Amino acid sequence: MARAVTQQRKAVNTAIAWIIGLLIFFPIFWTILTSFKTEAQAIADPPLWFSFDWTLDNYVTVQERSNYFRHFWNSVVISVGSTVIGLIIAIPAAWSMAFVPGKQTRNVLMWMLSTKMLPPVGVLVPIYLIFRNVGLLDTKLGLIIVLTLINLPIIVWMLYTYFREIPNDILEAARMDGAGLWDEIVYVLTPMAVPGIASTLLLNIILAWNEAFWTLNLTAANAAPLTAFIASYSSPEGLFYAKLSAASTMAIAPILIMGWFSQKQLVRGLTFGAVK
Amino acid sequence: MGRITLDQVTKSFGDVEVIPPLDLTIEDGEFVVFVGPSGCGKSTLLRLIAGLEDVSSGQIRIDREDATHLPPAKRSLAMVFQSYALYPHMSVKKNIAFPMKMAGIPKDEQERRIENAAKVLNLTDYLDRRPGQLSGGQRQRVAIGRAIVREPAAFLFDEPLSNLDAALRVGMRLEISELHNRLATTMIYVTHDQVEAMTMADKIVVLHAGRIEQVGSPLELYRTPRNLFVAGFIGSPRMNLLGGPEAAKHDARTVGIRPEHIRVSRESGNWTGTVGVAEHLGSDTFFHVHVPGWDDPITVRAEGEVDLRHGDTVHLTPDPDRLHRFDAEGMRIA
Repeated sequence: MARAVTQQRKAVNTAIAWIIGLLIFFPIFWTILTSFKTEAQAIADPPLWFSFDWTLDNYVTVQERSNYFRHFWNSVVISVGSTVIGLIIAIPAAWSMAFVPGKQTRNVLMWMLSTKMLPPVGVLVPIYLIFRNVGLLDTKLGLIIVLTLINLPIIVWMLYTYFREIPNDILEAARMDGAGLWDEIVYVLTPMAVPGIASTLLLNIILAWNEAFWTLNLTAANAAPLTAFIASYSSPEGLFYAKLSAASTMAIAPILIMGWFSQKQLVRGLTFGAVK
Repeated sequence: MGRITLDQVTKSFGDVEVIPPLDLTIEDGEFVVFVGPSGCGKSTLLRLIAGLEDVSSGQIRIDREDATHLPPAKRSLAMVFQSYALYPHMSVKKNIAFPMKMAGIPKDEQERRIENAAKVLNLTDYLDRRPGQLSGGQRQRVAIGRAIVREPAAFLFDEPLSNLDAALRVGMRLEISELHNRLATTMIYVTHDQVEAMTMADKIVVLHAGRIEQVGSPLELYRTPRNLFVAGFIGSPRMNLLGGPEAAKHDARTVGIRPEHIRVSRESGNWTGTVGVAEHLGSDTFFHVHVPGWDDPITVRAEGEVDLRHGDTVHLTPDPDRLHRFDAEGMRIA
C-alpha cells in the first residue's frame, strides 16, 4: 500500500516537473519555431504550429543585414574575459575568507551581496559619464570591466561556499607535510576545488553572455555583443518577428549548447553546499 | 632527534585563556600521551607544538632550537589527524609520496621509502587506490605511512583512533606501539581515552582546563595520583571517592580506593551493603554496591567469576595500604 502511494506520488511529481519544464522551455521553443516561418506566418492568427512552409530565409537575411560573427566574437571576448578576470580576483579573496576569516568576513560577504540588490539603472548615469570621460564607451574592455564588477559578488560567493566545504584538516596536513602556501594552493586546494571553479566559470560565462542592460546601454556599433544584435531587430520601423526570432536563436544557440553539455557540472555547482 | 621543550607557553583565543603558562619537556624517543576530558586543551597544545596555532607567549624548542615562530613545514614534525586528512584526489602512493615531494627527495629514494612503509603497514596491494576506496583502518594506516616516510624528529597523533570501531582500535593501538618500538622516535599522542594512555605511554601528561595536573609514567599516575582529578581520571573503572566521616577516620577530606583494592566477602568486612548491578565479564566481575547512608554506590572489582547477584548482601574491606588520602584542596596527602 505504502509502496503504491509512493509510486503514485512519484508519477505526479514527474508530471509536474515536466509541465514546469515545458512551460519554461516554451518561449524558447516558440522562438526557434518562429525563426523558420515567414513574417506573415509568424503573426498568423490562430498561430501556426508545424503546418507552415519551413524556410531558412530569415537566417540568410539576418546574416546579410548584420555581421553575426562579429557580435558573436564580442560576446565571447566579453563573457570569457570578465569571467576569467573575475576568477583571478575572486579565488584569493574567497580563499582568505574561507580559510583565514576575520571578524568582518561575514559582513564583507553580505555587503558584497547587497550590491546585487541595487537596481543597475541607479548607477547607469554615473558609470556612463565615467566611461565617456575615460573613453571606455562602446569598447570591449569597458564591458569586461563592468561585467566583472557586476558578477564578482556571485563569483566570490560561489567559490567561498565551495572552498568552505574543503576540510581544513587537509590543508593543515599539507602544511605539516612541508607544503608552503603556494604548494598548498597548487597541489591540494585547486585540484580539490576544480569542480567548483569550473561550475563558477560556466555559470558566469552564461550570466555575462545573457547580460543585456549594460551591454545595450554602453555599446553602439563596435563592442556590441549578441544581446545588442537581437535588440537591433526590434526597430522603430516595426517588429519583424521571424527575423527577430532567427537572430535570437542564433544568439542563444551557442550558450544553450554549452549549457547542455555542462549541465551536470552546473547543477552540481549551484546546489553545492545545499545538500551534503 | 626529537627533544621538545615548552617554556611558559600560553594560548588565548580572544579574552579566553585556554592554556595558562605551561612548562613541559619531552625527551627524545619518548612516547608521551596527552590525556584529559574534552575541552581540556590537549589538542590545542598539540597544535601549538605542530605550529598550526601560534602561541600567545612563551617558547617552544625542538632539539634546542627555538621553533616558536617557525611555520609547521619547518619544524620537521609529522602529524596524524583524527579525520586522517588524506588528499582525496591522490592515490595512496601519491599521498605517501607528498611530503617527500615537498622535501625534494629524489624519486628513487621516494620509491624505496614508499615500498618500505607499504610493507610495514600492509598497504602494498592498495597503493594505486584512492582514499575513498579504503576502509577506516586502511586510511589511518595511509596517514601513518605519510608520516613515517618523512623520517620526522617527532610524530604527533591527534586522537587517531577515535573514528575506528572498538576491535580495530585495539589492533591499531598495538601497531602504533610496535612502530614506536621499531623507530624509537619521539611520539606525542593526544587522546581522551585513558586506556589508550595507560597502554601506550612512557609518560602521561594529564590535562585539565589547560593546566597540567600531573606528569608521570602510567604506573606512577595509577599508584600516586597527585590530586583528586587525576585520581578520578586514571584507572578503569574509576576510583571510589568517599567524603564525610569515612574520610575523617583517615584524617582526610576525601579518601579514594580503587575497585580492585576492595575485598568482597559474604561473611564480614568494614562496610556492608547490597549489590545493585553485577557485571560478569568472565575474567572479572564488577559490582556496584549500595552502602546505606552513602550517596554513590561503591564499585568493586573481583577477579574471575564471583557468584553474587542483584540484591545480595555483601561485606567490603578496602586494602588499607592502597587508600589514597586528599586534603580540602583535593591534593594528595603523603
